Amino acid sequence: MENVTKVFGSTVANNKVTLDIYSGEILSLLGENGSGKTTLMNMLSGIYYPDEGDIYVDGKKVAIRSPKDAFDLGIGMIHQHFKLIDVFTAAENVALGIDEKLNLKEVSARINEICEKYGFDVDPDQKVYDMSVSQKQTLEIVKVLYRGANILILDEPTAVLTPQETEKLFDVLRNMRADGKSIIIITHKLHEVLSISDRVSILRKGEYVGTVDTADATELSLTEMMVGKKVILNIDRPEPENPVKRLQIKNLSIKNSDGVNVLENINFDVFGGEILGIAGISGCGQKELLEAVAGLQNTCDGSSILYDSPDGESAIELIGKTPKQIHNLGIALSFVPEDRLGMGLVGSMGMSDNMMLKSYMDGHSFFLERKSPKKLAEKIKKELGVVTPGINTPVRKLSGGNVQKVLVGREIASAPAVLMTAYAVRGLDINTSYTIYHLLNEQKKKGVAVIYVGEDLDVLLAHADRILVLCDGKLNGIVDARNTTKEEVGLLMTKLQDGGEGK
Amino acid sequence: MTLSSLISWIQGAIIFGTVIMYGSIGETLTEKSGNLNLGVPGIMYLGGIASLASTFMYELNVPNPNPVICLILAMVSAFVASALGGLIYSFLTITLRANQNVTGLTLTIFGSGVANFFGGSLNKLAGGVGQISVPVTSSVFRTNIPGLSSMGAVGKIFFSYGFMAYLAIVIAIVSQYFLSKTKTGLNLRAVGENPATADAAGINVTRYKYLSTCIGAGISGMGGLFYVMDYIKGTWANDGSIEALGWLAVALVIFTNWKPKNAIWGSYLFGFCYWLYLYLPSSISTKLANWFGLAKTAHMQNLYNMIPYIVTIVVLVITSCRKNKKSQAPAALGLPYFREDR
Repeated sequence: MENVTKVFGSTVANNKVTLDIYSGEILSLLGENGSGKTTLMNMLSGIYYPDEGDIYVDGKKVAIRSPKDAFDLGIGMIHQHFKLIDVFTAAENVALGIDEKLNLKEVSARINEICEKYGFDVDPDQKVYDMSVSQKQTLEIVKVLYRGANILILDEPTAVLTPQETEKLFDVLRNMRADGKSIIIITHKLHEVLSISDRVSILRKGEYVGTVDTADATELSLTEMMVGKKVILNIDRPEPENPVKRLQIKNLSIKNSDGVNVLENINFDVFGGEILGIAGISGCGQKELLEAVAGLQNTCDGSSILYDSPDGESAIELIGKTPKQIHNLGIALSFVPEDRLGMGLVGSMGMSDNMMLKSYMDGHSFFLERKSPKKLAEKIKKELGVVTPGINTPVRKLSGGNVQKVLVGREIASAPAVLMTAYAVRGLDINTSYTIYHLLNEQKKKGVAVIYVGEDLDVLLAHADRILVLCDGKLNGIVDARNTTKEEVGLLMTKLQDGGEGK
Repeated sequence: MTLSSLISWIQGAIIFGTVIMYGSIGETLTEKSGNLNLGVPGIMYLGGIASLASTFMYELNVPNPNPVICLILAMVSAFVASALGGLIYSFLTITLRANQNVTGLTLTIFGSGVANFFGGSLNKLAGGVGQISVPVTSSVFRTNIPGLSSMGAVGKIFFSYGFMAYLAIVIAIVSQYFLSKTKTGLNLRAVGENPATADAAGINVTRYKYLSTCIGAGISGMGGLFYVMDYIKGTWANDGSIEALGWLAVALVIFTNWKPKNAIWGSYLFGFCYWLYLYLPSSISTKLANWFGLAKTAHMQNLYNMIPYIVTIVVLVITSCRKNKKSQAPAALGLPYFREDR
């Protein structure tokens, strides 16, 4: 791939990326969230088409316009979300879309052949809905090999696997390497990079940083390349004033629907008057953590979230309560979720109606009380500078930054004791981001406990007071944001400390 | 119950069942692509009126109508008109991504409106010839196998129907084979289960949806044709009975678990249930009427007519409770597909 560039709207997902892949090697593609790894690979597999740059396969310039073109060139991608049909058998899934006469017996025989060659374990007659996650993944790989792929791209293949399953997968990948296949593996996990790959290519914010031989790399050197130099941001960070304990989280564990631990034994305290940053690779449990506090997640037995109210009453257990019960107890929790128009606001309603979502239960009359939400909407519009034709314009039509202002404004207006934000500045421009930082700082000064889940380490280091780092659903350390380095946090994000709890 | 009434009950059930068998096989093919076309009654109306109108004009204008031409004309016009109904539905739901339920229900209203308009005014258009009838065409459709139908009870039960009753069974078996054994069938099922996966596998989702919906509608329309030509003997009735049959066809799709082979016995079972009121001994009916507190025994008919629907509900409840993934509706049924949605 040479000078490949892909632009989505105003964001440059990949800027002049050049990448070489040789046959018979395993190449790791490493980078933080949003560094453009998946986008780059999607261009190889025909899901996106590059805006600029050329792709060469075996020395020939090619145009990959659809997944089918990619297959014809021998490129196959195994996506993070499996593309399998639940009610079909393994063999039927493999046969899908192939231009030859349907003969499931022959397909099954060839699947068994492939399995034997590389050491897979797939029953061609098993239905996909009876398969475990790792079996489904194996089937995806078999599907790609069946179509004669020579270049395999795996997008975070180990995210859903247990360590044993990961080992098994790596054995298979090594077998395929020995067979002369090229394998690209996208991952965040440094120890896996070091154990499986021959070379590592690193992307940062859409830019190609460089490629090193794994033999010459260490976890520290890779982290440095991944996170880059520290950027100085002028974000105000007032000293926390007499922090009070607000939340105590003890032994918090959450299992997802597949029975995999998303969070394991998390213990920490949240203080009023400070900003607690939460860092971690995406999908390592931040979302679940916030939702558990907000009363939206089922937690495992033994988990406990205690709330110490500001007026000094005894602590209240939040686990097992619904958001409404928490609200009725007079606990002011505010949650600015990641999915603004999905969980936060109703896109087709105007600002003032969205304000009402929080207050409609307070009225005592049969009819809705519309005046105060309207006033609140006007106030937010004026104070936060929301650009909208009117407070009744559907919020869906506003730009991302304005939507976020509406949401944050509403949450702050309810005078919370705990304010949780997830990716509060994602997709926002610099100015709006600073407005949001400023708003959060104001809340902090008021003594609110702010929990800030962020993806930009520079911002977390400059804005938060303490940073809690999650890795693989485990608490990997809590560091003082004033005295830590980007490398330290980066390493905590990608490499599990012994015993799960670092400093 | 006498033997002769049992035989006529079976005959009634089979003729009735054939109408809804066509409707349900067509709808099954459509639903396998993920399109929930609730316009089946309207499509059956379109098929019925198209065959009647075309053959009526032909028989009216030609002194000695040729039965073969009548037959071809009726079948082609019914298929084309119904497939056009399916095309309207496809365009709205696949290309414009309109809501499938609303579009389907609208198509039902549209189809019955068009059909009843032309059915009612057909004779006026033709210059006031009184009751519309297409004797030549109707008799072609009602011709049974010579010799075999006079073989006593067996002949009456098995061989006393027009060819379309047998054609329905053939179509059911062919459709079943197509869906479960052929490559195109596999691809079609994939489209209905998970269009994104099918798309990634290189299957043209839009083309599959269009074709299966239009061909499915064409087959459903055959039910309307059979109803007009055989069931009511080549006339027209503005009483909305095609619509009731259309809904039964939709219910039958669920009853058969989206398997055309089950439609063969399922449709006859629905037919038996439908005619139950005529053949049930009057003593039982009277007792039931008393038990329900009805003034007239005749009112029981409405209760009996509910039986197919009740059976369908029971089947739905049972299959939903079992949570058996094999016997569920196509997973993407009723959902629009747009590639760039993520």
